[in-house]
Amino acid sequence: MKKGFISLIIIFCASVLNIKAETIEVCTTCKITSIKEAIAIAKDFDTIIVKKGTYYEYDIVIDKPLTIIGENYPVIDGKLKGEIITIHSDNVTVGGFHIINVGISYTEDYAAIRIVKSKNFIIQNLKLEKLFFGIYLEKAKEGKILNNTIIGDAKQEYNSGNGIQLWYSKNIEIEGNYVQGVRDGIYLEFSDFCNITNNISKGNIRYGLHFMFSNNDVYKGNTFENNGAGVAVMFSKKIKMYNNTFKENWGSASYGLLLKEINDAEIIGNTFEKNTIGINIEGTNRINYKNNDFIRNGWAIKVRGACYANIFSGNNFLYNSFDLSYNSKMNDNVFDGNYWSNYAGYDLDKDGIGDVPYRPVKLFSYIVNRTPETIILLRSLFIDIIDFSEKVSPVFTPDDLLDNNPSIKKIEW
Amino acid sequence: MLKILKYSFYDLMRSRWSYVYFVFYLLLGVVLLFLNNNLSKAVITLMNVIIVLVPLIGTIFGVMYYYNSKEFTELLLAQPLKRSSIFLGQYLGVALSLSMSLILGLGIPFVFYGLFRSNDIWDFSLLLITGTFLTFIFTALAFNIALSNENRIKGFGYAILLWLFLAVIYDGLFLMSLILFEDYPLDKLSLFGTMLNPIDLSRTLILLKLDISALLGYTGAVFKKFFGTNFGLIVSIIMLSVWVVLPVLRIVYKSNRKDF
Repeated sequence: MKKGFISLIIIFCASVLNIKAETIEVCTTCKITSIKEAIAIAKDFDTIIVKKGTYYEYDIVIDKPLTIIGENYPVIDGKLKGEIITIHSDNVTVGGFHIINVGISYTEDYAAIRIVKSKNFIIQNLKLEKLFFGIYLEKAKEGKILNNTIIGDAKQEYNSGNGIQLWYSKNIEIEGNYVQGVRDGIYLEFSDFCNITNNISKGNIRYGLHFMFSNNDVYKGNTFENNGAGVAVMFSKKIKMYNNTFKENWGSASYGLLLKEINDAEIIGNTFEKNTIGINIEGTNRINYKNNDFIRNGWAIKVRGACYANIFSGNNFLYNSFDLSYNSKMNDNVFDGNYWSNYAGYDLDKDGIGDVPYRPVKLFSYIVNRTPETIILLRSLFIDIIDFSEKVSPVFTPDDLLDNNPSIKKIEW
Repeated sequence: MLKILKYSFYDLMRSRWSYVYFVFYLLLGVVLLFLNNNLSKAVITLMNVIIVLVPLIGTIFGVMYYYNSKEFTELLLAQPLKRSSIFLGQYLGVALSLSMSLILGLGIPFVFYGLFRSNDIWDFSLLLITGTFLTFIFTALAFNIALSNENRIKGFGYAILLWLFLAVIYDGLFLMSLILFEDYPLDKLSLFGTMLNPIDLSRTLILLKLDISALLGYTGAVFKKFFGTNFGLIVSIIMLSVWVVLPVLRIVYKSNRKDF
């Protein structure tokens, strides 16, 4: 009886030892010198630690739940041969690598790291350079992409990839990444319920962040600077955009934020500074714009048409060349209680609200819409005179487009 | 010529109008800065004032000075002096004293406000440079008008008309022609149109540094090339110089042939 009990304990311990995750070390002078080898001999839930060094490997397939960590940023060089890491398993953690030289192809989207149909993964602290696609999520769920640095050297749209791309993915958290010099910094296609927080996306050729057919996503606290266009949100529903900064997206066709065919979104607390066009909206409905700062943009908001039931309230429009541009006489949007630095009214009853309504659309912005070259007359005395006469009796601009309660002081929140 | 310049300059420095002009700019600068608390916004407002008021004052003052000092001019003409030096001396005297009032009047409040510690110093110096150019251009134009018209009332009338045309009517015609020909490529036409009017030219020159460059890039490649680089700045300044030189040459030509 006693003997049997001891043997039972021994068997139990042995089995515990057996399932206990092992740590496998990889380095250039170790027994195991490649990551592929380490993955081949590893069992489920093992940890692979890769020491500093350069590993010339590509097509690394991770097909079991593993934690692979680089110490002191070991370099994985793909020698431009193809994809570098592909993850086919749930519960994988990859972190701490410096991955360079991803293959470029016109038929396949090679990525530095691709996650295929997996759950609960964490991709963190990677440095990606000389890449085609950076981190590519394909039908992945419940994962995290944290604190990666992606620096591309894209020159043209047709032969470059995206920094972080999500395709049919759900519940992904993207936080603290830095993306620069790729086509789209972060690209979401058919991806719902994702959180994109505190990233910096800078100097990308197309968009800093791009949504396509993606719903219920939230992005907040991000900075989009000097991209072809800051953020493009297209054909999407219920996107929440909070406290982001869009700045210096400056150039012939640059936008801070481009909205096309999107419904029921919230745009709150963002800063748009020095963009050629702060927000360009086309075919958007029921969007709530609140407490945003528009500072020194060419056009703060450009409305292209088919925009209904949008509400703009409590925003600051500061020193923009044009506050608002409309291309039709129809208006179904509400402007209420904003601060306009161009407002010239008065406040006799001292309630902080101007007594005369403000007309944000000037005749000149209507003319510029029609004949863009006339912009050369900006700030001319003649233009001021016709703007004034249009303000007194609107003929060309929508006559019901008014802010009835313009704030006298800059709005703080 | 220098002696006449000196004389006209001191004469004008003693005159009440120079002080009024100086005090006006001083007040404008102080009010703008201390009510606005924003240097770069003040620069935009000042631009609006400069491109409208400086030409107006330049023209009126130039015509007025010419007619008022006519007797003295005739006295000088009796002396063994070159005609061109008499008129150029007077012209430079007026233009310099006006420019000085402008630069000091606007400069002093801005310097006190802390211009040298600000990034807007280039925008501001450009503003003063174009203001000075405009003074020289419009005083020269005024002298031309006065030299060609013996009748004071007519002279004043033409001067005001000239200002009105260049400051307001020209832009109206310009705008109409742009809208009329909107089916054609317009970028070259509009650049050309701007070059032909010194007020438009100074306005675009200042706006280049402020907000127009990216907005214009939106319009087409020609604009982008012209306004996106220093090329536009250099061409504009050369054109402004041409605008000074041509009327001055006409002053010399006209004064040599005029029968007093």
